[in-house]
Amino acid sequence: MITDAQLEKLKRTSKKIRIAVLEMLAEAGSGHTAGSLGMADVFTLLYFHILRHKPQNPNWGDRDVVVLSNGHIAPVLYATLAYAGYFEKELLHTLRKLHSPLQGHPHKGSLAGVEASSGPLGNGLGQAIGMALANRLKNGPASDRFFYCLLGDGELNEGIIWEGVMLAGREKLGNLIAIVDRNNIQIDGYTHEVMPLEPLKAKFESFNWHVDEVSGHDFIALENAIVEAQATLERPSVIIARTVAGKGVKEFERKPFWHGRPPTKEQLAEAIEGLEHNQ
Amino acid sequence: MSYTKYIDENFINGNPEFSALRDGFGRGVVKAGDENEKVLALCADLTESTRMHLFKEKYPDRFFEMGIAEQNMATVAAGMALEGFVPFISSYAMFSPGRNWDQIRNTICYSSLPVKIAGSHAGVSVGADGGTHQALEDLSLLLPVPNIEVVVPVDANEAQKATVEIAKTASASYIRLARAKTPTITRKDAHFELGKPYLLWESESPDILIVGAGPILTEALKAALELKDFGIEVSVLNVHTLKPLDSEEILKHAEQVKGVIVMEEHQTVGGIGALVAQLLSKHSPKPMRFIGVSDMFGHSGKPEELYREFGLNCKSTVASAKELFFES
Repeated sequence: MITDAQLEKLKRTSKKIRIAVLEMLAEAGSGHTAGSLGMADVFTLLYFHILRHKPQNPNWGDRDVVVLSNGHIAPVLYATLAYAGYFEKELLHTLRKLHSPLQGHPHKGSLAGVEASSGPLGNGLGQAIGMALANRLKNGPASDRFFYCLLGDGELNEGIIWEGVMLAGREKLGNLIAIVDRNNIQIDGYTHEVMPLEPLKAKFESFNWHVDEVSGHDFIALENAIVEAQATLERPSVIIARTVAGKGVKEFERKPFWHGRPPTKEQLAEAIEGLEHNQ
Repeated sequence: MSYTKYIDENFINGNPEFSALRDGFGRGVVKAGDENEKVLALCADLTESTRMHLFKEKYPDRFFEMGIAEQNMATVAAGMALEGFVPFISSYAMFSPGRNWDQIRNTICYSSLPVKIAGSHAGVSVGADGGTHQALEDLSLLLPVPNIEVVVPVDANEAQKATVEIAKTASASYIRLARAKTPTITRKDAHFELGKPYLLWESESPDILIVGAGPILTEALKAALELKDFGIEVSVLNVHTLKPLDSEEILKHAEQVKGVIVMEEHQTVGGIGALVAQLLSKHSPKPMRFIGVSDMFGHSGKPEELYREFGLNCKSTVASAKELFFES
């Protein structure tokens, strides 16, 4: 359940995270804008409403875990972690700079809250599956620790994803909840042109997954979907979150062009202003 | 000029036992599992072939069948290690690390996780299965990657001990295994220490040093015996751990000799020869010869036929030693 007050707070938080993302990327001078903005609401909901975690004790053994498989949207992960209290916000300015713990793609061990190394696409899902299997061995099938794996839709082109999907289905990994950032773009263009994924829901269902499809910007619908996924004990779940790449900045929205580009310093002010008006 | 204390009596008497590295691994992984309940085993549909079935039988709850999906196996193991376990993953070297190198590098080694990778059926001794299955590049794939130990046991006894030892380390490890039954060279109770090379054959004032790893060192020992008759004294150093490499120990032995021969059942580019040559060229340059596969694929045949064809044998070692002895 999300109360009205909580909803307002979540919206304010996601706006702050989007602004941080834009600032970080502009300062870094490289990085992935579209996906980072598009997933800001999902990240906000997870870290500020869903997860059982202790940012001050990031390795707490009973925590829920988020594995970001499409590691190139690291800016939104880092901004969210900072706002959630894992580390000082000042560190965000060091993104992609020499000796920064905020590596261009997440490096496990460099930064509190980063649960796995990722970036080369496809490699996050198996890690989340491994964690969930290990957790079942340690804490039994009734464990209520959840393992969230965030996947890009373009990333689903990778064969290893379907190796993992097959395994998680066989293992009936109820504690695994994947969230697909369904923004329909990838580097070479629109996903339906580069490599069609539909019918995506049916694909997952045929591997014995519980599937839900919601807007990735509707906190209430997203929360409902996650709660239902948590209650699905005998199957892994995937939530296909329909998102708008570049969400919040009209000029950036839905354009493959902004997949791997940061705003220039000049575009930054305009983008932040647009963001203020949009939401 | 003689065998060292490490050598098994039956081998010395010319009547060695035969056992495959993978058999030693199979026993070792069970022992590792006995010693540490955090040890897990994962396999990609080659459970009996990699001898992981022994672990599966004893610890069914700690064994995970991954299906024919080596890439996913590596990332799943990374995830298990992130949760505090010590997973062994096994397949053929051609597929792991051959097919899942990205996952090994980027999810296991980059995160510095203790995943233990067993690559069986390495080398031409796979035999009849042919070139597709004879991994000759696996060492080149992993030696340059940080945060991983690389071990090439000389026989089944050593494979068993090395398996037990790598299970105790905090880093990733690769253990290179072979399919064929090869002579048991070392004693069951011989001391084994990860990272510590030792002599299989020693001479008081050696002329030639033979360095290598893996069952191919059987041929080095045959060569040592033969060279004795020519008055050429050699040392045979078993460098079972290629990473971390005990440079000092290799240099100590290399400095005493006229020339160095490196033996490996692997491509000569990027393998043990390259490693030793790099070391010596910096600290103690010596004339060298390289016994290995030179820029060729393997093919079907009996292991001994293939050893002969690729010159991975006593004959070419003796010839190389004579060259180094008489010409340099």
